[in-house]
Amino acid sequence: MNFVKKSPWILHYDGSSCNGCDIEVLACLTPLYDVERFGIINTGNPKHADILLITGSVNEQNIPIVKQLYEQMPEPKVVVAVGICATSGGIFADCYNIVGGVDKVLPVDVYVPGCAARPESIIDGVVKALAVLEEKQKALSKKKSAVKK
Amino acid sequence: MSERTVIPFGPQHPVLPEPIHLDLVLEDETVVEAIPQIGYIHRGLEKLVEKKDFQQYTYVAERICGICSFMHGMGYCMSIESIMDVKIPDRADYLRTIWAELSRMHSHLLWLGLLADAFGFESLFMHSWRLRERVLDIFEETTGGRVIFSVCDIGGVRKDISSETLKKINESMDIIEKELTELTAVFFKDSSVKYRTKGVGVLSKQLAHDLGAVGPMAKASGLPFDMRTQGYAAYKYLKFEPIIDTDGDSYARTTVRIKEIFQSIDLIRQAISLIPEGEIKTKVVGNPNGEYFTRVEQPRGEVIYYAKANGTKFLDRVRVRTPTFANVPALLETLKGCSLADVPILILTIDPCISCTER
Repeated sequence: MNFVKKSPWILHYDGSSCNGCDIEVLACLTPLYDVERFGIINTGNPKHADILLITGSVNEQNIPIVKQLYEQMPEPKVVVAVGICATSGGIFADCYNIVGGVDKVLPVDVYVPGCAARPESIIDGVVKALAVLEEKQKALSKKKSAVKK
Repeated sequence: MSERTVIPFGPQHPVLPEPIHLDLVLEDETVVEAIPQIGYIHRGLEKLVEKKDFQQYTYVAERICGICSFMHGMGYCMSIESIMDVKIPDRADYLRTIWAELSRMHSHLLWLGLLADAFGFESLFMHSWRLRERVLDIFEETTGGRVIFSVCDIGGVRKDISSETLKKINESMDIIEKELTELTAVFFKDSSVKYRTKGVGVLSKQLAHDLGAVGPMAKASGLPFDMRTQGYAAYKYLKFEPIIDTDGDSYARTTVRIKEIFQSIDLIRQAISLIPEGEIKTKVVGNPNGEYFTRVEQPRGEVIYYAKANGTKFLDRVRVRTPTFANVPALLETLKGCSLADVPILILTIDPCISCTER
């Protein structure tokens, strides 16, 4: 990918992670990695967001929150599971209060490995998510034009 | 009396990277009461001790929190070592101290950035985090990890730091100190920082004591509670005094933390000049049997580790009392009577680590 066609806005939610991945997500925004030069901004409002970054696995208490955030985001939208906990539960998979990876409740498009996921791999995951976002955009406009006809 | 409104704060809020929910009861713009609702990050880590053996649990303990990860691992290892009566080598003690103080620096710098972000001082946030990357570079060079490095082990540490690297750390301490002086001058001199923090959320000495506040929260109110003075790890060989302030407001808590970063730089320098040569790990044989309490000073305050072993490789119980948990009553007290716009700052001044608290 040579250029970024869209500057995606990111919504970050901490499922039940240990903070490790969260501070790495924030580190992506700060001067060393600085994704803001591509126009990528961490927004607090789900209605402005294109990409949902979830760190940590889901539990009974936060399932409704995660679902609500996802539903509030406008189409097209992409979900990125950051870190091994968001992927499968990781080291906490055996805990009684862990339901499992984020894919148990939401359709996840990109998985980012690591404990904690490094900023480089998070950025890589977001770039992959952009490709998915573009495909979804195409599919959506196709659907719209079909409805118009 | 005006009408009361309830404003929900969280669990997804731009100020906090972590989810906590507060129901703020307001009268006009003033908060009358704050009702916390927690459990969004509860995983059930303490129960995991029945499924992972006491050696494996070191990794779990480090993942209680990603910010003070090293000190959680250290606290757990110290309690198991005390149960098993293992004397760890002096060099390991010093290495632990160096990594622990580096963790404190990275945690405080992270917090300074978040505080600046909470009152909308974006460039100060960026500068704090830029400086923090220098500390993370040292972590990466010495351990291989940036935030979670699993270097602490029962009986010592897993990796040694060569004398050349120690020299390099000393040099980067000079650079960090210089940049930190520039950065913190903004906190000490800037009028907008003072305007948002001075006199906001005052916690009196008596109240801090009664509510059991710990760490910078207690120190800013004039209570010299610092567990490092007990002399665990290599702190018994180093010279330092707990940093205290008497104002008890948000500004005092900020300055206490800033001074603690400078103190950490000093402690690392002392540790590097005193570190002895030798082994870094004692061999640990057998299983633990007994129980022990460990108290460790984390960036956020005192953390208590309780471990109970029964002679098998699985422990009976591990209990962690984290500093944020101890500071929540003090937070709820300071929230009463503050204005709605100050809520994010007040929540941040206890340096909340929800992931520690809920485990």
